[in-house]
Amino acid sequence: MKYESQGIAKLYFIAAIALFVGQILFGVTMGLQYVMGDFLFPEIPFNVARMVHTNLLIVWLLFGFMGSAYYLVPEEAERELFSPILAKVMFWIFLVAGALTILGYLLVPYARLAELTMNDLLPTMGREFLEQPTITKIGIVIVALAFIFNIGMTVLTGRKTVINLVLLTGLVGLAVFFLFSFYNPDNLVLDKYFWWFVVHLWVEGVWELIMASLLAYVLIKVTGVDREVIEKWLYIIIAMALISGLVGTGHHFFWIGTPDYWQWLGSIFSALEPIPFFMMTLFAFNVVNKRRRDHPNKAAVLWALGTAVMAFLGAGVWGFLHTLAPVNFYTHGTQITAAHGHMAFYGAYVMVVLTMISYSMPLMRGQKAANVNAQKHEIRSFWIMTISMVIITLMLTAAGIMQVYLQRYSADPLPFMVVQDRLAHFYWAREVAGLAFLYGLFLYIYSFFAKGPEVADVE
Amino acid sequence: MRETFTKGMARNIYYGGAVFFFLVLIGLTVDTVKRLPATDNRENLTEQVAEGKRLWEVNNCIGCHTLLGEGAYFAPELANVYTRFGESTEAIKAFIKYRPVDGIEGRRSMPQFNLSDEELEDLAQFLKYVDGIKAARDWPPNIQG
Repeated sequence: MKYESQGIAKLYFIAAIALFVGQILFGVTMGLQYVMGDFLFPEIPFNVARMVHTNLLIVWLLFGFMGSAYYLVPEEAERELFSPILAKVMFWIFLVAGALTILGYLLVPYARLAELTMNDLLPTMGREFLEQPTITKIGIVIVALAFIFNIGMTVLTGRKTVINLVLLTGLVGLAVFFLFSFYNPDNLVLDKYFWWFVVHLWVEGVWELIMASLLAYVLIKVTGVDREVIEKWLYIIIAMALISGLVGTGHHFFWIGTPDYWQWLGSIFSALEPIPFFMMTLFAFNVVNKRRRDHPNKAAVLWALGTAVMAFLGAGVWGFLHTLAPVNFYTHGTQITAAHGHMAFYGAYVMVVLTMISYSMPLMRGQKAANVNAQKHEIRSFWIMTISMVIITLMLTAAGIMQVYLQRYSADPLPFMVVQDRLAHFYWAREVAGLAFLYGLFLYIYSFFAKGPEVADVE
Repeated sequence: MRETFTKGMARNIYYGGAVFFFLVLIGLTVDTVKRLPATDNRENLTEQVAEGKRLWEVNNCIGCHTLLGEGAYFAPELANVYTRFGESTEAIKAFIKYRPVDGIEGRRSMPQFNLSDEELEDLAQFLKYVDGIKAARDWPPNIQG
């Protein structure tokens, strides 16, 4: 760690991991509700658990991105953070606002929360992933603006590298596209159309810029490969992400009352969306193979390779599986979508944040890399979480294929709930894998506290 | 990558590609918005339907159901529930109204939302309006959603 203000990232990372635990606890709760429908009913109905699960994911990834930016940007810009105080204040505001929102979901009925937060003045609640009360959304915008101001000033008054400029572009895009969450017309088709300007343009657009820049940064650090080479890769990856992903938004416009031409445009462009992820995999392995040194932080290298591979599988391959309109006609809104969502988010965004944490946390704790035992536990937790997620994805995929057949494809389609009963075995297997994931997560956290001999410096 | 492919070229592809396809997306969006009146059932978008949409939102219905395939996958698709329930808003209202407060043992159950008769009517009218949206290929594939 070269600059003192980079240490602020630690705060953000600790919060991120704590919220990650909450996310998974609600995940396994929902998994159980899939097979034991009355579990925790009516205290925590499924919709509440799901809202907590997805919102915690979004919030902790945002904490992860912000922490990553606070760590990476000063070092790249070769100066202290513009305002460390602002970064700390915003941390507490975001944490308290996030915690209050989650408590609101859990403690009062959602309709009452809408009333309490005066949703009627500017109704934005009750849309998937954008369930936050309007006042929380305004808070998110304020925190995001303060954050971008802080990061932006640091970059603009310091050394500008491709990595910090791409990261900044991604973060600005994140804030700008979030503004569409305030647009909620009565016309459902319009509502849905522009809802995707937040959701798709985040996860299949600007977040990919963030992911690629974080990955590039860690790869420079752990491999010592020439910056010029890495920056060239970075540009071409994010170029492909936007070239495919912008019009690729169309794969969400097949069946929501939008014109038929989207079936062609959405299919063609979204079929290209795996390319940037495939390039990321090539990039990561290529660079690690050409490494000029063996970094003592083996765990961080593993996470970096892992995120590239799993993002390609989850976002690329599992996305492609159901992205062509003739296929999507049958799979839209089934467990296939859930399967893709789980592996894509884990592979691309969870793992890239964990890559940054893995690389930077030891440095912020005054070590070159975590000790031998700690790394052993961390690597084991990598495999447990990753394999669990693969199993979750495979089980949901199997459930989805059965669902599509029984409910939509067979000559005698069955009702939704009848089909769900027949999928119970897959859901049970998914739940077991979910519990294994939770165990992996606890092991991951334990790795930060494990004592052991220091790693040999092999540089 | 080979030296003939320089970082400058990669950068230009990024900037050029991003700007070009962003403009394409904006152009397509303008065109889509212009064409929507043909499919989005706006002629039936009454004040009551708008109220129903608000109720749909503040009770977080999307947290379990899908609507035109988007949402959670825990409970049935509702974009065609009006058709599935025999084109009867009464049947929709009765279903929502008589959900048991404590659920159904061992099974998934919709919560009891304690909606007034007027609210039930608004919500049912909203679902009827959604059923009237002309999605491509008349999605969902069949009446089961």
